[in-house]
Amino acid sequence: MKLVLQNLAAPLLGILLAPLLPGIVNKVKAFFAGRRGPPLLQLYYDLFKLMSKGAVYSHTTSWLFRAGPVVSTASVLTALFFVPCGMRAPCSFPGDLLLVFYLLGLARFFTVIAAMDTGSSFEGMGASREAQFSAFAEVGLFIAFAALVRMTGQLSLSDIFEHVTPDLWRTHAPSLLLGAVVIMIILLAENSRIPVDDPNTHLELTMIHEVMVLDHGGPDFAMILYSSALKLWLFAAWFAGVVAPRFEGSNALTAAATLGGMLLAAVLTGIIESTMARLRLLRVPQLLIGAAALAFVAFLLTCRGGAQP
Amino acid sequence: MNTTLRNPEAIRLADIPLLDIATFRNRILTAVAEGGRVNALFCHEQEDQAHQLFALLAHPGQNTLEGIAARIGGEYPALTPECPQVHLFEREMAESGGVTPVGHPWLKPVRFPARAGGPPVGHMDFYRVDGDEVHEVAVGPVHAGIIEPGHFRFQCHGETVLHLEISLGYQHRGVERALIGGPDIRTLHYMETLAGDTTIGHTTAYCQLAEALGGIRVPLRAEALRAVALELERLANHTGDLGALAADIGFLPTSAYCGRIRGDFLNMSALLCGSRFSRGLVRPGGVAFDLEPVRRAELQKRLLAAQRDVTGAVTLLWSNPSVLARFEDTGRLSATQCRELGLVGPATRAAGVDQDVRADLPHGFYRFFQIPAAAMTSGDVFGRAYVRWLEIQRSIEFILNTLSALPGGDVTAHPKTLKLQPEALAVSLVEGWRGEICHVALTGPNGRFTRYKVFDASFHNWLGLALAMRAGQISDFPLCNKSFNLSYCGFDL
Repeated sequence: MKLVLQNLAAPLLGILLAPLLPGIVNKVKAFFAGRRGPPLLQLYYDLFKLMSKGAVYSHTTSWLFRAGPVVSTASVLTALFFVPCGMRAPCSFPGDLLLVFYLLGLARFFTVIAAMDTGSSFEGMGASREAQFSAFAEVGLFIAFAALVRMTGQLSLSDIFEHVTPDLWRTHAPSLLLGAVVIMIILLAENSRIPVDDPNTHLELTMIHEVMVLDHGGPDFAMILYSSALKLWLFAAWFAGVVAPRFEGSNALTAAATLGGMLLAAVLTGIIESTMARLRLLRVPQLLIGAAALAFVAFLLTCRGGAQP
Repeated sequence: MNTTLRNPEAIRLADIPLLDIATFRNRILTAVAEGGRVNALFCHEQEDQAHQLFALLAHPGQNTLEGIAARIGGEYPALTPECPQVHLFEREMAESGGVTPVGHPWLKPVRFPARAGGPPVGHMDFYRVDGDEVHEVAVGPVHAGIIEPGHFRFQCHGETVLHLEISLGYQHRGVERALIGGPDIRTLHYMETLAGDTTIGHTTAYCQLAEALGGIRVPLRAEALRAVALELERLANHTGDLGALAADIGFLPTSAYCGRIRGDFLNMSALLCGSRFSRGLVRPGGVAFDLEPVRRAELQKRLLAAQRDVTGAVTLLWSNPSVLARFEDTGRLSATQCRELGLVGPATRAAGVDQDVRADLPHGFYRFFQIPAAAMTSGDVFGRAYVRWLEIQRSIEFILNTLSALPGGDVTAHPKTLKLQPEALAVSLVEGWRGEICHVALTGPNGRFTRYKVFDASFHNWLGLALAMRAGQISDFPLCNKSFNLSYCGFDL
């Protein structure tokens, strides 16, 4: 039993604590605006409220619309079992990062297809934006992870982050730093945060992610909120995996440092949202291509001095 | 033969030159070609089924208006093809005046007034763009925020807006019709709620008009207090707008602080008269409340505090590159477009058109103490935002100066009953925070209104918003819309 718990610790932490991250972001934003802000546990309350509601379905929608939230949540949950957060994930195999990326892709595909299924012009616009921007974001993410793979010589997420040690920081600081920056930018883009999307706006015409889920309600919407929180958790775990120090021999300290790194990701998100305006939609691809360029520089830097192990 | 009118002024109907329709049209076209504006154009049905057209024209560099009239049958050759800025006046006449401007390109409904056989609100033909990748986005009349109802229809190619059509009328209350036969006990309340955020603007316009018709001289102290209230209204709304613009681009600091500071300005209005939206302050003959030295000192103190706060909150906008990147080059209107469409207020000043009723046709206290018109040249969201900021600074200065040298005397002329001049036309203009507010009234033989026309700034500016969106990004619409921040009910009346 203890072994099982130890093995499942990483995904269990995510499942339980993920809804906390948006709460932290909101608290940071409230602090900057001189407000008290919503309670830290607001998302838990919201999820509970939504789960006890019924759902309304438009007559024009088909099974795709209902499948959207289910498949998205299931994909992100599955991905969670491959992502370490200070401790090894229960599942891993060489190349599992590709599976994780494509699980996230599957989740997005079903969100997009469910949005298109409503036939609403708003949701169509949101779906088109989401598809376009995530295509740009994927480039940066892949190259950043290619750099990580090259630096650590490992091919599974658990192994990669186990090898991002203080020693590696000593030899590859520029690449790791760039990698962390790229992962942070992609985190903002993929989780519909400022400067790419505005999670607070009520203006349908400017939304990206929010507008796609306008027609979902009740438990469906709860699933969407929950899977968004899980997705934020995944990206924060990657960010923390790069920046948080690892302590040889003390798993507890490493886990605590990683969770601290994830907290840092949430606080950074809040600070960025509090101090800058959203980008014009036309400029978003430039930001993402810029992130990809940074990732490419990080990758090139790993190539200096001949072949790595 | 010219009839010039000051602002405000009432003249006998018989003194207005009755032109034939060709001369009438020529006068308007010449005035507009020389850089003038059509402030008002409306028709009034005579007893013998004939119609009388009235126009008020502002000539550049003159502090008076020209009033002209013409008698026509049921139709006349439309002016719109040669003079686009009268397009809405003519559509309105066709809808509610029973006159047909022949040759008008598209007599679409304006407000959908309830009448037998008329279309239900919002039912009309929309302009349509066809093509493989062209799609239509319909927004409203029910919106996600707590705003008024209006329908927006975009013809888009991808994210680019080819054309935006705005259909209003959902708030039509029939105010103008209800005012006929007045002034009575309800008139003032209609005026205070013509546009809920422009109470002082519209009520002052009405009171000036009634005073001109009634021959009432308003004490200077009352004029000063009206000006203070008008500027406070401008301050509250401009500050709220800048905060809302920041909110639309997700820039939290300014949006959070401006919301609070707007409340501070509203509370200053409440200090003047007990109502945050200035209800009950402006009355024919003067104002209903005096400002004693104690409250005056309190107002000065609060104003200085708000000046410090608003400066801090708003300058954040101009020093943040991510904000400027969103504001600049979004929703651009050229000065030529503004002039051709006859736009008013901050929207047109942002494009470099120097036009402000307080300076051009000064009324009340502004005859003695003027506020320099604030102008920018860019004509984009940044220009409209920055003009608001300039006006905020100037309005605070103006109020502080006025308060420090408030004229003595009574605050009302104590008019016993409002007895209006019969068979007259009166006009009154006020620079509300959105722009020019124009009220025109005709009185009958018994000194009662036979016609009361209200032109809010929104009447002129909605089309400006539509044009500003052309070739823009549809995701920029909320920002662009907020930078105009027009009134629905002020338009729908």
